Amino acid sequence: MTTQNLVRRGEYMWELPKTGEMRVPGWIFVSEALLQPLLSGEAEGEGEGGGGHDWNALVQVRNVACLPGIVRASIAMPDVHPGYGFPIGGVGAFDPEEGVVAMGGVGFDINCGVRVLATPLTRADVEPRKEEVADALFAHVPAGLGSEGKIRLTLPGVDEVLEKGAEFALARGYGLPEDLEYIEENGRMDGADPAAVSLKAKEREFRQIGTLGSGNHYLEVQYVEEVRDPEAARAYGLEEDQILIAIHCGSRGLGHQIGQDSLPELERASRKYGIPIRERELVCAPIRSPEGEKYLSAVFAGINCAFANRQVIAHLVREALAPLFSLPPGKIRTLYDVGHNNVKFERHRVDGEEVRLLVHRKGSTRAFGPGRRENPDRYRKVGHPIFVGGTMGTASYILRGTEEGMEKVFGSGVHGAGRAMSRAKAKRRWRGQELIQSLARQGIVVRAHSYGGAAEEAPGAYKDVDLVVDAAVGAGLNALVAKVRPLVCIKG
Amino acid sequence: MTYEILDHTADAGVRGIGATLEEAFAEAARGTFALMADLDSVRPEGEVAVEAEADTPEGLLVAWLGELLRERDVRGMLFSRFEVHIVGRDGAWRLSGRAWGERIDPRRHRLGVEVKAATYAGVRVERTGDGWIAQCVVDL
Repeated sequence: MTTQNLVRRGEYMWELPKTGEMRVPGWIFVSEALLQPLLSGEAEGEGEGGGGHDWNALVQVRNVACLPGIVRASIAMPDVHPGYGFPIGGVGAFDPEEGVVAMGGVGFDINCGVRVLATPLTRADVEPRKEEVADALFAHVPAGLGSEGKIRLTLPGVDEVLEKGAEFALARGYGLPEDLEYIEENGRMDGADPAAVSLKAKEREFRQIGTLGSGNHYLEVQYVEEVRDPEAARAYGLEEDQILIAIHCGSRGLGHQIGQDSLPELERASRKYGIPIRERELVCAPIRSPEGEKYLSAVFAGINCAFANRQVIAHLVREALAPLFSLPPGKIRTLYDVGHNNVKFERHRVDGEEVRLLVHRKGSTRAFGPGRRENPDRYRKVGHPIFVGGTMGTASYILRGTEEGMEKVFGSGVHGAGRAMSRAKAKRRWRGQELIQSLARQGIVVRAHSYGGAAEEAPGAYKDVDLVVDAAVGAGLNALVAKVRPLVCIKG
Repeated sequence: MTYEILDHTADAGVRGIGATLEEAFAEAARGTFALMADLDSVRPEGEVAVEAEADTPEGLLVAWLGELLRERDVRGMLFSRFEVHIVGRDGAWRLSGRAWGERIDPRRHRLGVEVKAATYAGVRVERTGDGWIAQCVVDL
């Protein structure tokens, strides 16, 4: 694909015009700098990974635009890069009667997302005790390949997790009742049906509830470097130098298995309902079909699994940190918890009319703007916060939803920097131990369960998160509230 | 017979190479677990039986690797040795395999990154000059 296919619509917006079998145009919200790697495919490893299959995010934007019942546009957020079926950073909203639910729009790590805890501590409290903080979190929060959670579940227990989400963890004594108000969907997704989830998937959760996982999942102690939107920061209770804790993880093996089970089922459904399969991971089923309904019930259950996992981990973080600083655990509050691999029924305005849509966000968070009733009371006026993860060495950002974002991208937000270099290349370039030492010299204490894993997550292997945030804010999709910096990072 | 890890921006590709289709599948499994640990450190002590079926050889590869990842989670094990038997004809492919390994031990296994899933991206199962390859991208 080349620039000739794209029409510039603004400084941060490009349109892939509706041609051929596309039902809507593609809208790509990137700056010129972020567009280049998408066009060349070079930074995306085209021709290398997967034996040279054509792996291009813009082709994926076009493929999604061809799906039945898609509304307004196939959307690529500023952190777009190639994914499975949908691009990562892809948003697609579908008419609930005519439309489809597509597995590629959710991915394997269902409701992977970020919970941020706000503490009353300041940078000065933590700076001299970073090593101690890192050791306490590393020891107390299970992470890394093969780690096992503190709770052991049996089948009825997993069913309860799938039905009740964060409420399950709360009922077992993990967390505080006030956490629920600050979790998307209040930590419990409606429409979840444990019966739609296979036994194979459920077995994978027996030992894994409350574990962080590995790869790009992390636990980070951060400080607020700069507040850029005082009104929103006030609503969120954020101040400069304040210590926050970010937890990034998802639905673990259970979510992955739902994906694995659904892939062949939805492939058959695509054939049965005559929907062309343009990429093997872009299989789908009509929303109003037994196959579509089953997949949605399973995904909603997977969403609850991730909410429960993050609720348990949040509790473990409190257990590790509160005694160190003689804090009552209740002083470490949930700022917000929001997923970035989800599909949900939501109400949006389309052509001046409020309609119900099924919105897929693959590598994109929900980012509801001011006034939405789904937002917690305290945040309703300003929109809810979203968290844009940087890398171990760079800044992360707290943004918020905007009116313009509601109008253009169904209230969606960016979620991270996105990789620019393959893991194998990163591993050849950096050695885990040296990387950790060099970050320590910059004042960032890293504890990793795998040195190789840490090398793969080297900051230099990611795109510049600042460019992603500039584009999201420049396009008006999200607004900048605060910039945060890491002090301690725990990698799985 | 051997395996290769293929470069991929976000994730990684694994390619099993063997004299037979079965050997290529076994090597693809070794490639997948090589991403997670140093295979030489994983002792083939415990044995697990794995069954998989699919409409196509490609689907069978994705299902086989998926089943091994599931066994990893359920049993808390890593595997380093694999044996595969495949019966297939049009539209009905079946695999019965065995995997040998041991419980995950972070102190001894030099762990890498957890593979989340095997995917259809870049999937290829085909005859080459004098053997077979079986490959796909795995989600990390």
